[in-house]
Amino acid sequence: MEEVADSDPALWKRPDSFGRFGKYGGKYVPETLMYALTELESAFYSFKDDPEFKKEINGILKDYVGRESPLYFAERLTEHYKRPGGEGPHIYLKREDLNHTGAHKINNAVGQVLLAKRLGKQRIIAETGAGQHGVATATVCARFGLPCVVYMGAQDMERQALNVFRMRLLGAEVRGVHSGTATLKDATSEAIRDWVTNVETTHYILGSVAGPHPFPMMVREFHRVIGIETRKQALEKWGGKPDVLVACVGGGSNAMGIFDEFIKDRDVRLIGVEAAGLGIDSGKHAATLTKGEVGVLHGAMSYLLQDEDGQIIEPHSISAGLDYPGVGPEHSFLKDRGRAEYYSVTDQEALDAFKRLSRLEGIIPALETSHALAYLEKLCPTLPDGTKVVLNCSGRGDKDVQTAIKYLEI
Amino acid sequence: MAVALKSTPSFLQLKKPETHFLLRNKPLIVSTKRFAPMASLTATRSLGIGETFSNLKKQGKVGTTPIAIFAAATRSLARGTNFEAITSMLKEVVPQVSCPIALFTYYNPILKRGIEKFMSTVKDIGVHGLVVPDVPLEETQVLRKEAVKNGLELVLLTTPTTPTERMRAIVEAADGFVYLVSSVGVTGTRASVSDKVQTLLQDIKETTTKPVAVGFGISKPEHVKLVAGWGADGVIVGSAMVKLLGEAKSPEEGLKELESFTKSLKAVLS
Repeated sequence: MEEVADSDPALWKRPDSFGRFGKYGGKYVPETLMYALTELESAFYSFKDDPEFKKEINGILKDYVGRESPLYFAERLTEHYKRPGGEGPHIYLKREDLNHTGAHKINNAVGQVLLAKRLGKQRIIAETGAGQHGVATATVCARFGLPCVVYMGAQDMERQALNVFRMRLLGAEVRGVHSGTATLKDATSEAIRDWVTNVETTHYILGSVAGPHPFPMMVREFHRVIGIETRKQALEKWGGKPDVLVACVGGGSNAMGIFDEFIKDRDVRLIGVEAAGLGIDSGKHAATLTKGEVGVLHGAMSYLLQDEDGQIIEPHSISAGLDYPGVGPEHSFLKDRGRAEYYSVTDQEALDAFKRLSRLEGIIPALETSHALAYLEKLCPTLPDGTKVVLNCSGRGDKDVQTAIKYLEI
Repeated sequence: MAVALKSTPSFLQLKKPETHFLLRNKPLIVSTKRFAPMASLTATRSLGIGETFSNLKKQGKVGTTPIAIFAAATRSLARGTNFEAITSMLKEVVPQVSCPIALFTYYNPILKRGIEKFMSTVKDIGVHGLVVPDVPLEETQVLRKEAVKNGLELVLLTTPTTPTERMRAIVEAADGFVYLVSSVGVTGTRASVSDKVQTLLQDIKETTTKPVAVGFGISKPEHVKLVAGWGADGVIVGSAMVKLLGEAKSPEEGLKELESFTKSLKAVLS
């Protein structure tokens, strides 16, 4: 269908009017949800360029969230990757970890809650893996006075207890989900069920660029401020563009947030890093784009980890936020078009990177972000001297200390 | 009504004076999201079946583990059962069943096998209809094409939140029967049936002569009477049966209760 416009990324429809990115995406949901999705899509399009809406969103992002987030030159990390002759890439970190609530998730939560208010919804629900999106949602609900229910896998609640506490302190109800592996995919299914049941009064703030249209597009749009700022900051700092962008990929929201602005710049390399868990061939990982096949999950056609029966394979990652057997449809599209490259790193490599950044830069990254950081070990030796690498530091790691304590000898 | 497999009529053909044909001959709605152990008690999954129970009992084909059904009736959108187990069970059951059979599945298991292969496999078993709740109208063309090729009827769903225009398009495209979802929400028993269903039923019947079956939350004879009184051609009962089986003390008792439950629903229509 799209073969003619294939070669120029600037001309790609991302998405088309059916909500598809090539063959990926779409709206594979029960009929009961179709109207809510249509309504959400119209609301988004009518507000996104509305000056009042933009003013309100930008005001909150600036004064409440703390944007712009800095683009930080990681001097000691750069030093670490210098080769014997002194050549190596220059590593910059886009500090989404410095946002209010400690991750990029808040960008989307702010946009969606403002949309929900304009739609007259009285109740907000969300799903969460690591808890950062749950915390972001609970935060904006407290800020805007809306009741909030967050679905979280029981296993995730255990490994991200700090975030569970935060959500409750912020006034949200956290509902543990015990089905399946009691992780993100199960929480997502439960949230969708709630939405199907309460669709007239409730807005579902989906936390990533997954799910049925319009979510993949809408969530990306609310996060693309990351890439927009990066372009401006790169110009200020070195008078050019980044050469390589690196980001971790679970559902894919922080990656789309930094990639989107640069997709049309073919000289900017886009690299996504997924979780290889116990190893890519161990059967215990979440490397959807590497090992998955195309199917339908949570309303979208995309790559997913499935068995011969078409049933979802339980994923594994040490990081709750990457522990998802699907991936946003736009990433599936970018992979197929060869516009973005996707790799994966193991739990152990992520833990090593977690420690490394802490020691070299005094920044404790989220375990999710640590996956992107871990990939630098393989990437940097291959990069010419002076290559500008911008890594999306999507979150901070306070929430991960309990997990890290179990695995690291400190 | 004993009908040999080859000449088993489609739903459309059956719809005539017997306005309650769907209930009397209860379509077998096999939900692949709930599954049951087969004859072997070591199997860990449960199958929720709406069926003519005397048939099943005769064959001793269903060994239900009450707890497993109930626990397995988790409603994760991506859950399913072992497709091979279902198809082999159906192959044996279908020839003995006197009513049309519809298969309920989510889209991914179909995609995984390939739409064409899935349709022909299902057709070979003797299934007549298909319900795929997570494929919206816009995406049904490919499915419908393959279904029609294999003589299968793709049932489509319409709900109380579906705008009228869209409802008409769905009704137009539906084969077999139109599945009118009686309430917003997910499957599960409910205390009463919304009277919005009455209006919707009227709207649909003004647009088409296709049979309309109402489902979601139907669990009592009163519901059936109400809905049939409003003009429904059929009533779909699922969760109430799965619940009954799940709460019974033994498979045998469960089946007995299911039989009397079904009879009580049918009685209301005669």
